Amino acid sequence: MLKVSLSGISKKYNGRYVLKDCSYAFEQGKIYTVIGPNGSGKSTLLRIASSLEPPDEGHVTYHDGSSTIENNIMLMRRMTLVFPTPTLFNTTVFKNITYGLRIRGLSRNDVAHRVERVLMDVRLMDKINQNALTLSTGERQRLALARAIVLEPEIIFLDEPTASLDPHSVVIIEDIIRGLKKGSQPTIIMSTHNMFQAQRLADRVLFLYEGTIEADGSAAEFFDNPGDDKAWRFITGKMVY
Amino acid sequence: MLNLFQHLINLMYYKTLKRVQGDSFCVYHGKRDASVKTEFLSLAFLFVLLYVMHDILKSFAEAVGLIFSFNRELYSIILLSLKISGSALIGASLLGVPIGAIVGMKRFFGKGIVISVLNTFMGLPPVAVGLFFYLLFSRRGPLGFLGILYSPSAMVIAQTALAMPIVAALSHSAVASVDKGIRHTAATLGATPFQTVKKVIVEARYSIMAAVIAGFGRIIAEVGAILIVGGNIDGYTRVMTTTIALETDKGNFVLALGLGIVLVTISLIVNIALHRVQGIGVQGD
Repeated sequence: MLKVSLSGISKKYNGRYVLKDCSYAFEQGKIYTVIGPNGSGKSTLLRIASSLEPPDEGHVTYHDGSSTIENNIMLMRRMTLVFPTPTLFNTTVFKNITYGLRIRGLSRNDVAHRVERVLMDVRLMDKINQNALTLSTGERQRLALARAIVLEPEIIFLDEPTASLDPHSVVIIEDIIRGLKKGSQPTIIMSTHNMFQAQRLADRVLFLYEGTIEADGSAAEFFDNPGDDKAWRFITGKMVY
Repeated sequence: MLNLFQHLINLMYYKTLKRVQGDSFCVYHGKRDASVKTEFLSLAFLFVLLYVMHDILKSFAEAVGLIFSFNRELYSIILLSLKISGSALIGASLLGVPIGAIVGMKRFFGKGIVISVLNTFMGLPPVAVGLFFYLLFSRRGPLGFLGILYSPSAMVIAQTALAMPIVAALSHSAVASVDKGIRHTAATLGATPFQTVKKVIVEARYSIMAAVIAGFGRIIAEVGAILIVGGNIDGYTRVMTTTIALETDKGNFVLALGLGIVLVTISLIVNIALHRVQGIGVQGD
Protein backbone atom coordinates (compact mmCIF):
# COMPACT_ATOMS: atom_id res chain seq x y z
CA MET A 1 0.00 0.00 0.00
CA LEU A 2 1.08 3.54 -0.76
CA LYS A 3 2.68 5.76 1.86
CA VAL A 4 3.66 9.42 1.61
CA SER A 5 6.38 11.30 3.44
CA LEU A 6 7.48 14.92 3.38
CA SER A 7 11.11 15.94 3.80
CA GLY A 8 11.99 19.56 4.46
CA ILE A 9 9.08 20.94 2.44
CA SER A 10 8.97 24.72 1.99
CA LYS A 11 6.69 26.80 -0.20
CA LYS A 12 6.66 30.53 -0.83
CA TYR A 13 3.87 32.66 -2.30
CA ASN A 14 4.82 36.21 -3.26
CA GLY A 15 8.12 35.92 -1.39
CA ARG A 16 6.43 34.86 1.86
CA TYR A 17 6.83 31.38 3.33
CA VAL A 18 3.54 29.52 3.49
CA LEU A 19 5.23 26.27 4.48
CA LYS A 20 8.61 26.11 6.17
CA ASP A 21 10.75 23.00 6.46
CA CYS A 22 7.91 20.54 7.04
CA SER A 23 8.84 16.91 7.45
CA TYR A 24 6.45 14.12 8.26
CA ALA A 25 5.96 10.46 7.42
CA PHE A 26 2.32 9.45 7.16
CA GLU A 27 1.57 5.89 8.09
CA GLN A 28 -0.59 3.79 5.86
CA GLY A 29 -4.29 3.23 6.71
CA LYS A 30 -4.57 5.93 9.36
CA ILE A 31 -6.73 9.05 9.50
CA TYR A 32 -4.76 12.26 9.99
CA THR A 33 -6.33 15.62 10.71
CA VAL A 34 -4.33 18.73 10.06
CA ILE A 35 -5.46 21.61 12.26
CA GLY A 36 -4.26 25.16 12.59
CA PRO A 37 -5.35 28.77 12.22
CA ASN A 38 -6.36 30.27 8.87
CA GLY A 39 -3.32 30.81 6.66
CA SER A 40 -1.20 28.31 8.57
CA GLY A 41 -0.57 26.36 5.36
CA LYS A 42 -2.97 23.41 5.75
CA SER A 43 -4.32 23.52 2.18
CA THR A 44 -0.84 24.07 0.72
CA LEU A 45 0.45 21.09 2.68
CA LEU A 46 -2.32 18.91 1.24
CA ARG A 47 -1.77 20.16 -2.30
CA ILE A 48 1.96 19.51 -2.12
CA ALA A 49 1.56 16.12 -0.45
CA SER A 50 -0.87 15.11 -3.21
CA SER A 51 1.60 16.27 -5.89
CA LEU A 52 -0.87 18.79 -7.23
CA GLU A 53 1.72 21.49 -6.61
CA PRO A 54 5.52 21.17 -6.39
CA PRO A 55 7.36 22.39 -3.29
CA ASP A 56 9.98 25.16 -3.60
CA GLU A 57 12.33 23.27 -1.31
CA GLY A 58 12.39 19.70 -0.03
CA HIS A 59 10.68 16.72 -1.59
CA VAL A 60 7.67 14.44 -1.33
CA THR A 61 8.30 10.74 -1.58
CA TYR A 62 5.89 7.88 -2.04
CA HIS A 63 6.66 4.33 -0.96
CA ASP A 64 5.01 1.03 -1.66
CA GLY A 65 6.41 -1.36 0.90
CA SER A 66 10.12 -0.75 0.76
CA SER A 67 10.30 0.61 -2.80
CA THR A 68 10.05 4.28 -3.73
CA ILE A 69 7.42 5.11 -6.35
CA GLU A 70 8.24 7.45 -9.20
CA ASN A 71 5.97 10.47 -9.47
CA ASN A 72 3.96 9.87 -12.65
CA ILE A 73 0.37 9.52 -13.79
CA MET A 74 0.14 5.96 -12.41
CA LEU A 75 1.06 7.28 -8.98
CA MET A 76 -1.41 10.16 -9.30
CA ARG A 77 -4.13 7.60 -9.95
CA ARG A 78 -3.45 5.91 -6.63
CA MET A 79 -4.45 9.01 -4.63
CA THR A 80 -6.93 11.87 -4.85
CA LEU A 81 -7.74 15.23 -3.31
CA VAL A 82 -11.13 16.77 -2.55
CA PHE A 83 -11.27 20.56 -2.44
CA PRO A 84 -13.19 22.55 0.20
CA THR A 85 -15.48 24.04 -2.45
CA PRO A 86 -15.55 21.28 -5.04
CA THR A 87 -15.70 22.06 -8.73
CA LEU A 88 -18.27 19.82 -10.35
CA PHE A 89 -18.51 19.10 -14.04
CA ASN A 90 -21.46 20.61 -15.91
CA THR A 91 -23.14 17.24 -16.45
CA THR A 92 -25.13 14.64 -14.53
CA VAL A 93 -24.23 13.25 -11.11
CA PHE A 94 -23.61 9.89 -12.80
CA LYS A 95 -21.14 11.32 -15.32
CA ASN A 96 -19.35 13.27 -12.58
CA ILE A 97 -18.79 10.09 -10.61
CA THR A 98 -17.78 7.98 -13.57
CA TYR A 99 -15.26 10.48 -15.00
CA GLY A 100 -12.28 9.12 -13.06
CA LEU A 101 -13.31 5.53 -13.79
CA ARG A 102 -13.75 6.14 -17.50
CA ILE A 103 -10.31 7.74 -17.91
CA ARG A 104 -8.90 4.65 -16.19
CA GLY A 105 -10.61 2.51 -18.82
CA LEU A 106 -12.75 0.43 -16.43
CA SER A 107 -15.38 -1.88 -17.89
CA ARG A 108 -18.99 -0.76 -17.97
CA ASN A 109 -20.03 -3.46 -15.47
CA ASP A 110 -17.32 -2.49 -13.05
CA VAL A 111 -18.26 1.18 -13.37
CA ALA A 112 -21.97 0.48 -12.76
CA HIS A 113 -21.23 -1.70 -9.74
CA ARG A 114 -18.93 0.84 -8.08
CA VAL A 115 -21.16 3.84 -8.82
CA GLU A 116 -24.23 2.19 -7.37
CA ARG A 117 -22.41 1.30 -4.14
CA VAL A 118 -20.91 4.78 -3.72
CA LEU A 119 -24.17 6.58 -4.46
CA MET A 120 -25.86 4.52 -1.76
CA ASP A 121 -23.11 5.50 0.68
CA VAL A 122 -23.40 9.23 -0.02
CA ARG A 123 -27.21 9.03 -0.29
CA LEU A 124 -27.43 10.55 -3.73
CA MET A 125 -29.01 7.61 -5.56
CA ASP A 126 -32.17 9.61 -6.29
CA LYS A 127 -30.09 12.39 -7.91
CA ILE A 128 -28.17 10.15 -10.30
CA ASN A 129 -29.53 11.77 -13.47
CA GLN A 130 -29.70 15.31 -12.12
CA ASN A 131 -27.26 17.98 -13.30
CA ALA A 132 -24.54 18.25 -10.66
CA LEU A 133 -24.62 22.04 -10.75
CA THR A 134 -28.20 22.03 -9.47
CA LEU A 135 -27.29 20.22 -6.22
CA SER A 136 -27.23 21.88 -2.81
CA THR A 137 -23.92 22.70 -1.09
CA GLY A 138 -24.08 19.59 1.08
CA GLU A 139 -24.97 17.37 -1.87
CA ARG A 140 -22.15 18.87 -3.92
CA GLN A 141 -19.63 18.04 -1.21
CA ARG A 142 -21.00 14.51 -0.95
CA LEU A 143 -20.77 14.11 -4.70
CA ALA A 144 -17.17 15.35 -4.69
CA LEU A 145 -16.36 12.82 -1.99
CA ALA A 146 -18.17 10.07 -3.91
CA ARG A 147 -16.24 11.00 -7.06
CA ALA A 148 -13.01 10.54 -5.12
CA ILE A 149 -13.78 7.36 -3.16
CA VAL A 150 -15.27 5.55 -6.15
CA LEU A 151 -11.70 5.44 -7.47
CA GLU A 152 -10.70 3.39 -4.41
CA PRO A 153 -7.53 5.45 -3.86
CA GLU A 154 -4.85 4.41 -1.41
CA ILE A 155 -4.44 7.96 -0.09
CA ILE A 156 -7.30 10.48 0.14
CA PHE A 157 -6.60 14.14 0.85
CA LEU A 158 -9.65 16.03 2.13
CA ASP A 159 -9.30 19.79 2.38
CA GLU A 160 -11.91 20.90 4.91
CA PRO A 161 -14.54 18.45 3.63
CA THR A 162 -17.30 19.70 5.93
CA ALA A 163 -16.65 23.44 5.86
CA SER A 164 -19.93 25.38 5.67
CA LEU A 165 -22.10 22.25 5.71
CA ASP A 166 -25.20 21.65 7.80
CA PRO A 167 -25.04 19.07 10.63
CA HIS A 168 -26.92 16.45 8.58
CA SER A 169 -24.35 16.61 5.75
CA VAL A 170 -21.49 16.61 8.29
CA VAL A 171 -22.83 13.37 9.81
CA ILE A 172 -23.12 11.74 6.38
CA ILE A 173 -19.56 12.72 5.41
CA GLU A 174 -18.12 11.61 8.75
CA ASP A 175 -19.94 8.27 8.36
CA ILE A 176 -18.40 7.85 4.91
CA ILE A 177 -14.92 8.58 6.29
CA ARG A 178 -15.42 6.06 9.12
CA GLY A 179 -16.76 3.55 6.59
CA LEU A 180 -13.61 3.92 4.52
CA LYS A 181 -11.48 3.09 7.53
CA LYS A 182 -13.42 -0.12 8.07
CA GLY A 183 -13.42 -0.98 4.39
CA SER A 184 -10.53 -0.43 1.98
CA GLN A 185 -8.48 1.35 4.69
CA PRO A 186 -6.92 4.14 2.67
CA THR A 187 -4.72 6.72 4.35
CA ILE A 188 -6.89 9.79 4.92
CA ILE A 189 -5.24 13.15 5.41
CA MET A 190 -7.78 15.87 6.08
CA SER A 191 -7.64 19.45 7.20
CA THR A 192 -10.37 20.80 9.43
CA HIS A 193 -11.27 23.72 11.64
CA ASN A 194 -13.62 21.60 13.69
CA MET A 195 -11.80 20.35 16.81
CA PHE A 196 -14.64 17.99 17.72
CA GLN A 197 -14.52 16.47 14.27
CA ALA A 198 -10.77 16.05 14.55
CA GLN A 199 -11.30 14.27 17.88
CA ARG A 200 -14.11 12.11 16.47
CA LEU A 201 -12.29 10.96 13.36
CA ALA A 202 -8.54 11.22 13.69
CA ASP A 203 -6.00 8.62 14.62
CA ARG A 204 -3.34 11.30 14.63
CA VAL A 205 -3.44 15.10 14.68
CA LEU A 206 -0.94 17.56 13.20
CA PHE A 207 -0.93 21.16 14.38
CA LEU A 208 0.32 23.62 11.80
CA TYR A 209 1.26 27.17 12.75
CA GLU A 210 2.66 29.76 10.32
CA GLY A 211 3.78 27.06 7.90
CA THR A 212 5.48 24.83 10.44
CA ILE A 213 4.31 21.56 11.98
CA GLU A 214 4.44 22.64 15.61
CA ALA A 215 2.96 19.56 17.24
CA ASP A 216 1.58 16.12 16.43
CA GLY A 217 0.33 13.15 18.33
CA SER A 218 -2.40 10.55 18.61
CA ALA A 219 -5.84 12.15 18.80
CA ALA A 220 -6.48 10.99 22.36
CA GLU A 221 -3.18 12.31 23.66
CA PHE A 222 -3.12 15.46 21.57
CA PHE A 223 -6.38 16.88 22.82
CA ASP A 224 -5.41 16.11 26.42
CA ASN A 225 -1.89 17.43 26.19
CA PRO A 226 -0.53 18.54 22.82
CA GLY A 227 2.86 19.24 24.33
CA ASP A 228 3.01 22.64 22.69
CA ASP A 229 1.81 25.93 24.10
CA LYS A 230 0.50 27.31 20.78
CA ALA A 231 -1.35 24.07 20.03
CA TRP A 232 -2.84 24.10 23.52
CA ARG A 233 -4.02 27.67 23.16
CA PHE A 234 -5.45 26.84 19.72
CA ILE A 235 -7.45 23.79 20.76
CA THR A 236 -8.75 25.51 23.89
CA GLY A 237 -9.83 28.54 21.88
CA LYS A 238 -7.43 30.89 23.62
CA MET A 239 -5.37 31.67 20.55
CA VAL A 240 -6.27 35.03 19.07
CA TYR A 241 -5.13 35.14 15.44
CA MET B 1 -55.95 50.60 -53.44
CA LEU B 2 -58.73 52.17 -55.52
CA ASN B 3 -60.95 52.66 -52.45
CA LEU B 4 -58.06 54.26 -50.62
CA PHE B 5 -57.48 56.61 -53.54
CA GLN B 6 -61.22 57.46 -53.62
CA HIS B 7 -61.15 58.18 -49.89
CA LEU B 8 -58.17 60.46 -50.35
CA ILE B 9 -59.89 62.41 -53.15
CA ASN B 10 -62.95 62.88 -50.94
CA LEU B 11 -60.80 64.24 -48.17
CA MET B 12 -59.03 66.66 -50.52
CA TYR B 13 -62.42 67.82 -51.78
CA TYR B 14 -63.55 68.44 -48.22
CA LYS B 15 -60.38 70.43 -47.43
CA THR B 16 -60.88 72.63 -50.49
CA LEU B 17 -64.55 73.16 -49.61
CA LYS B 18 -63.60 74.14 -46.09
CA ARG B 19 -61.03 76.66 -47.33
CA VAL B 20 -63.60 78.28 -49.74
CA GLN B 21 -66.46 78.43 -47.19
CA GLY B 22 -64.17 79.29 -44.27
CA ASP B 23 -66.57 77.83 -41.72
CA SER B 24 -65.57 75.98 -38.64
CA PHE B 25 -68.70 73.83 -38.18
CA CYS B 26 -68.12 71.89 -41.34
CA VAL B 27 -68.01 68.14 -40.69
CA TYR B 28 -66.98 65.28 -42.91
CA HIS B 29 -68.76 61.96 -42.42
CA GLY B 30 -69.66 63.14 -38.91
CA LYS B 31 -66.02 63.63 -37.82
CA ARG B 32 -64.52 66.70 -36.18
CA ASP B 33 -62.01 68.91 -37.98
CA ALA B 34 -58.88 67.72 -36.09
CA SER B 35 -59.55 64.03 -36.58
CA VAL B 36 -60.25 64.60 -40.25
CA LYS B 37 -56.89 66.31 -40.58
CA THR B 38 -55.09 63.40 -38.90
CA GLU B 39 -56.90 60.90 -41.08
CA PHE B 40 -56.03 62.86 -44.18
CA LEU B 41 -52.33 62.99 -43.32
CA SER B 42 -52.19 59.29 -42.41
CA LEU B 43 -53.88 58.25 -45.60
CA ALA B 44 -51.73 60.56 -47.69
CA PHE B 45 -48.61 59.08 -46.11
CA LEU B 46 -49.84 55.53 -46.67
CA PHE B 47 -50.69 56.29 -50.25
CA VAL B 48 -47.28 57.80 -50.97
CA LEU B 49 -45.59 54.89 -49.22
CA LEU B 50 -47.50 52.32 -51.22
CA TYR B 51 -46.80 54.19 -54.42
CA VAL B 52 -43.07 54.41 -53.70
CA MET B 53 -42.82 50.81 -52.38
CA HIS B 54 -44.98 49.36 -55.11
CA ASP B 55 -42.05 48.00 -57.12
CA ILE B 56 -40.31 46.64 -54.05
CA LEU B 57 -43.44 44.95 -52.76
CA LYS B 58 -44.13 43.48 -56.17
CA SER B 59 -40.57 42.15 -56.38
CA PHE B 60 -40.84 40.84 -52.84
CA ALA B 61 -44.01 38.93 -53.66
CA GLU B 62 -42.40 37.49 -56.79
CA ALA B 63 -39.27 36.59 -54.80
CA VAL B 64 -41.37 34.66 -52.27
CA GLY B 65 -43.07 32.95 -55.20
CA LEU B 66 -39.65 32.07 -56.62
CA ILE B 67 -38.58 30.47 -53.35
CA PHE B 68 -41.71 28.35 -53.13
CA SER B 69 -41.57 27.40 -56.79
CA PHE B 70 -38.30 25.62 -55.90
CA ASN B 71 -36.44 27.37 -58.69
CA ARG B 72 -33.47 25.24 -59.66
CA GLU B 73 -31.06 28.14 -60.18
CA LEU B 74 -31.93 29.65 -56.81
CA TYR B 75 -31.49 26.41 -54.92
CA SER B 76 -28.23 25.48 -56.66
CA ILE B 77 -26.82 28.86 -55.55
CA ILE B 78 -28.05 28.32 -51.96
CA LEU B 79 -26.56 24.82 -51.92
CA LEU B 80 -23.19 26.04 -53.22
CA SER B 81 -23.13 28.81 -50.60
CA LEU B 82 -23.84 26.36 -47.81
CA LYS B 83 -21.23 23.93 -49.16
CA ILE B 84 -18.51 26.59 -49.34
CA SER B 85 -19.30 28.27 -46.03
CA GLY B 86 -19.84 24.88 -44.35
CA SER B 87 -16.45 23.58 -45.55
CA ALA B 88 -14.80 26.83 -44.48
CA LEU B 89 -16.44 26.52 -41.08
CA ILE B 90 -15.12 22.98 -40.63
CA GLY B 91 -11.62 24.22 -41.52
CA ALA B 92 -11.93 27.25 -39.24
CA SER B 93 -13.17 25.07 -36.36
CA LEU B 94 -10.42 22.47 -36.78
CA LEU B 95 -7.83 25.25 -36.63
CA GLY B 96 -9.55 27.79 -34.39
CA VAL B 97 -10.79 25.60 -31.51
CA PRO B 98 -7.35 24.02 -30.74
CA ILE B 99 -5.63 27.41 -31.12
CA GLY B 100 -8.18 29.00 -28.77
CA ALA B 101 -7.81 26.11 -26.31
CA ILE B 102 -4.00 26.31 -26.28
CA VAL B 103 -3.98 30.10 -25.91
CA GLY B 104 -6.63 29.83 -23.19
CA MET B 105 -4.85 27.17 -21.15
CA LYS B 106 -1.11 27.48 -21.73
CA ARG B 107 1.24 30.13 -20.49
CA PHE B 108 3.85 31.15 -23.04
CA PHE B 109 5.94 34.09 -24.07
CA GLY B 110 3.96 36.53 -26.25
CA LYS B 111 0.55 35.17 -25.23
CA GLY B 112 -0.82 38.70 -24.88
CA ILE B 113 0.31 39.56 -28.41
CA VAL B 114 -1.32 36.39 -29.80
CA ILE B 115 -4.60 37.31 -28.08
CA SER B 116 -4.41 40.88 -29.44
CA VAL B 117 -3.72 39.59 -32.96
CA LEU B 118 -6.66 37.16 -32.77
CA ASN B 119 -8.97 39.90 -31.51
CA THR B 120 -7.80 42.27 -34.25
CA PHE B 121 -8.25 39.62 -36.95
CA MET B 122 -11.84 39.08 -35.82
CA GLY B 123 -12.66 42.27 -37.65
CA LEU B 124 -10.56 41.66 -40.76
CA PRO B 125 -12.04 43.45 -43.82
CA PRO B 126 -13.17 40.67 -46.21
CA VAL B 127 -11.91 42.59 -49.26
CA ALA B 128 -8.43 42.78 -47.74
CA VAL B 129 -8.48 39.02 -47.13
CA GLY B 130 -9.74 38.49 -50.67
CA LEU B 131 -6.96 40.65 -52.07
CA PHE B 132 -4.33 38.81 -50.01
CA PHE B 133 -5.45 35.41 -51.28
CA TYR B 134 -5.85 36.74 -54.80
CA LEU B 135 -2.19 37.78 -54.79
CA LEU B 136 -1.27 34.43 -53.25
CA PHE B 137 -3.19 32.30 -55.75
CA SER B 138 -2.82 34.43 -58.87
CA ARG B 139 -0.73 32.97 -61.67
CA ARG B 140 2.34 34.97 -60.65
CA GLY B 141 1.73 34.54 -56.91
CA PRO B 142 3.68 32.16 -54.67
CA LEU B 143 0.84 29.61 -54.71
CA GLY B 144 -0.13 30.24 -58.33
CA PHE B 145 1.03 26.75 -59.30
CA LEU B 146 -1.97 25.31 -57.42
CA GLY B 147 -4.28 26.85 -60.03
CA ILE B 148 -7.15 27.33 -57.61
CA LEU B 149 -7.91 31.01 -58.23
CA TYR B 150 -11.57 31.47 -59.27
CA SER B 151 -12.49 28.09 -57.83
CA PRO B 152 -14.59 27.02 -54.82
CA SER B 153 -11.34 25.85 -53.13
CA ALA B 154 -9.98 29.40 -53.10
CA MET B 155 -13.31 30.63 -51.70
CA VAL B 156 -13.22 28.01 -48.93
CA ILE B 157 -9.65 29.02 -48.00
CA ALA B 158 -10.51 32.74 -47.93
CA GLN B 159 -13.59 32.13 -45.80
CA THR B 160 -11.61 29.84 -43.49
CA ALA B 161 -9.15 32.69 -42.96
CA LEU B 162 -12.04 35.02 -42.15
CA ALA B 163 -13.82 32.70 -39.72
CA MET B 164 -10.77 31.18 -38.00
CA PRO B 165 -9.84 34.24 -35.87
CA ILE B 166 -13.46 34.54 -34.69
CA VAL B 167 -13.64 30.87 -33.72
CA ALA B 168 -10.16 30.99 -32.12
CA ALA B 169 -10.70 34.23 -30.19
CA LEU B 170 -14.14 33.23 -28.89
CA SER B 171 -12.90 29.69 -28.09
CA HIS B 172 -10.03 31.25 -26.17
CA SER B 173 -12.47 33.30 -24.11
CA ALA B 174 -14.63 30.20 -23.60
CA VAL B 175 -11.73 28.03 -22.43
CA ALA B 176 -10.17 30.79 -20.31
CA SER B 177 -13.48 31.33 -18.54
CA VAL B 178 -13.72 27.67 -17.49
CA ASP B 179 -13.11 27.46 -13.76
CA LYS B 180 -9.46 26.70 -12.96
CA GLY B 181 -10.84 24.17 -10.51
CA ILE B 182 -11.91 21.99 -13.47
CA ARG B 183 -8.27 21.50 -14.44
CA HIS B 184 -7.22 20.78 -10.87
CA THR B 185 -10.18 18.46 -10.31
CA ALA B 186 -9.45 16.51 -13.49
CA ALA B 187 -5.81 16.20 -12.38
CA THR B 188 -6.78 14.99 -8.89
CA LEU B 189 -9.06 12.38 -10.47
CA GLY B 190 -6.12 11.02 -12.44
CA ALA B 191 -6.47 12.73 -15.82
CA THR B 192 -3.38 12.98 -18.02
CA PRO B 193 -2.53 16.49 -19.35
CA PHE B 194 -4.26 15.58 -22.63
CA GLN B 195 -7.36 14.28 -20.83
CA THR B 196 -7.40 17.48 -18.76
CA VAL B 197 -7.37 19.62 -21.93
CA LYS B 198 -10.18 17.47 -23.33
CA LYS B 199 -12.21 17.92 -20.15
CA VAL B 200 -11.78 21.70 -20.22
CA ILE B 201 -12.94 21.78 -23.85
CA VAL B 202 -15.95 19.61 -22.96
CA GLU B 203 -16.81 21.97 -20.09
CA ALA B 204 -16.58 24.95 -22.47
CA ARG B 205 -18.60 23.12 -25.15
CA TYR B 206 -21.57 25.46 -25.24
CA SER B 207 -19.43 28.58 -25.55
CA ILE B 208 -17.27 26.88 -28.18
CA MET B 209 -20.40 25.93 -30.14
CA ALA B 210 -21.46 29.57 -29.91
CA ALA B 211 -18.03 30.56 -31.27
CA VAL B 212 -18.46 28.21 -34.24
CA ILE B 213 -21.97 29.52 -34.94
CA ALA B 214 -20.67 33.11 -34.77
CA GLY B 215 -17.97 32.15 -37.30
CA PHE B 216 -20.64 30.77 -39.63
CA GLY B 217 -22.69 33.93 -39.27
CA ARG B 218 -19.66 35.94 -40.36
CA ILE B 219 -18.88 33.96 -43.53
CA ILE B 220 -22.32 33.08 -44.86
CA ALA B 221 -23.08 36.78 -45.30
CA GLU B 222 -19.63 37.71 -46.62
CA VAL B 223 -19.21 38.99 -50.20
CA GLY B 224 -15.88 40.83 -50.61
CA ALA B 225 -13.38 38.00 -50.28
CA ILE B 226 -15.27 35.37 -52.24
CA LEU B 227 -16.02 37.80 -55.05
CA ILE B 228 -12.31 38.53 -55.47
CA VAL B 229 -11.01 34.95 -55.26
CA GLY B 230 -14.09 33.19 -56.66
CA GLY B 231 -14.86 35.49 -59.56
CA ASN B 232 -18.64 34.92 -59.40
CA ILE B 233 -18.65 32.34 -62.21
CA ASP B 234 -22.19 31.17 -63.02
CA GLY B 235 -22.83 27.63 -61.80
CA TYR B 236 -19.31 27.28 -60.43
CA THR B 237 -18.42 29.99 -57.91
CA ARG B 238 -21.62 32.03 -57.82
CA VAL B 239 -22.99 32.05 -54.29
CA MET B 240 -25.85 33.88 -52.59
CA THR B 241 -24.09 37.11 -51.70
CA THR B 242 -22.26 37.52 -55.03
CA THR B 243 -25.49 36.76 -56.91
CA ILE B 244 -27.36 39.41 -54.91
CA ALA B 245 -24.66 41.97 -55.82
CA LEU B 246 -24.72 41.00 -59.50
CA GLU B 247 -28.50 40.76 -59.92
CA THR B 248 -28.96 44.12 -58.19
CA ASP B 249 -26.57 45.68 -60.70
CA LYS B 250 -28.58 44.08 -63.51
CA GLY B 251 -31.85 45.32 -62.05
CA ASN B 252 -33.15 41.78 -61.52
CA PHE B 253 -34.51 42.33 -58.07
CA VAL B 254 -36.63 39.19 -57.91
CA LEU B 255 -33.73 36.72 -57.71
CA ALA B 256 -31.71 39.14 -55.57
CA LEU B 257 -34.58 39.58 -53.12
CA GLY B 258 -35.30 35.83 -53.09
CA LEU B 259 -31.70 35.13 -52.12
CA GLY B 260 -31.81 38.02 -49.65
CA ILE B 261 -34.83 36.46 -47.93
CA VAL B 262 -33.05 33.09 -47.75
CA LEU B 263 -29.89 34.76 -46.39
CA VAL B 264 -31.80 36.64 -43.72
CA THR B 265 -33.66 33.43 -42.82
CA ILE B 266 -30.35 31.56 -42.47
CA SER B 267 -28.96 34.38 -40.30
CA LEU B 268 -32.11 34.23 -38.18
CA ILE B 269 -31.79 30.45 -37.77
CA VAL B 270 -28.10 30.85 -36.87
CA ASN B 271 -28.95 33.46 -34.25
CA ILE B 272 -31.77 31.39 -32.77
CA ALA B 273 -29.39 28.41 -32.60
CA LEU B 274 -26.76 30.62 -30.94
CA HIS B 275 -29.28 31.86 -28.41
CA ARG B 276 -30.47 28.34 -27.62
CA VAL B 277 -26.92 26.99 -27.29
CA GLN B 278 -26.00 29.78 -24.88
CA GLY B 279 -29.21 29.14 -22.96
CA ILE B 280 -28.40 25.43 -22.63
CA GLY B 281 -24.90 26.39 -21.46
CA VAL B 282 -26.31 28.51 -18.68
CA GLN B 283 -28.84 25.88 -17.57
CA GLY B 284 -26.53 22.90 -17.96
CA ASP B 285 -27.46 19.77 -19.89
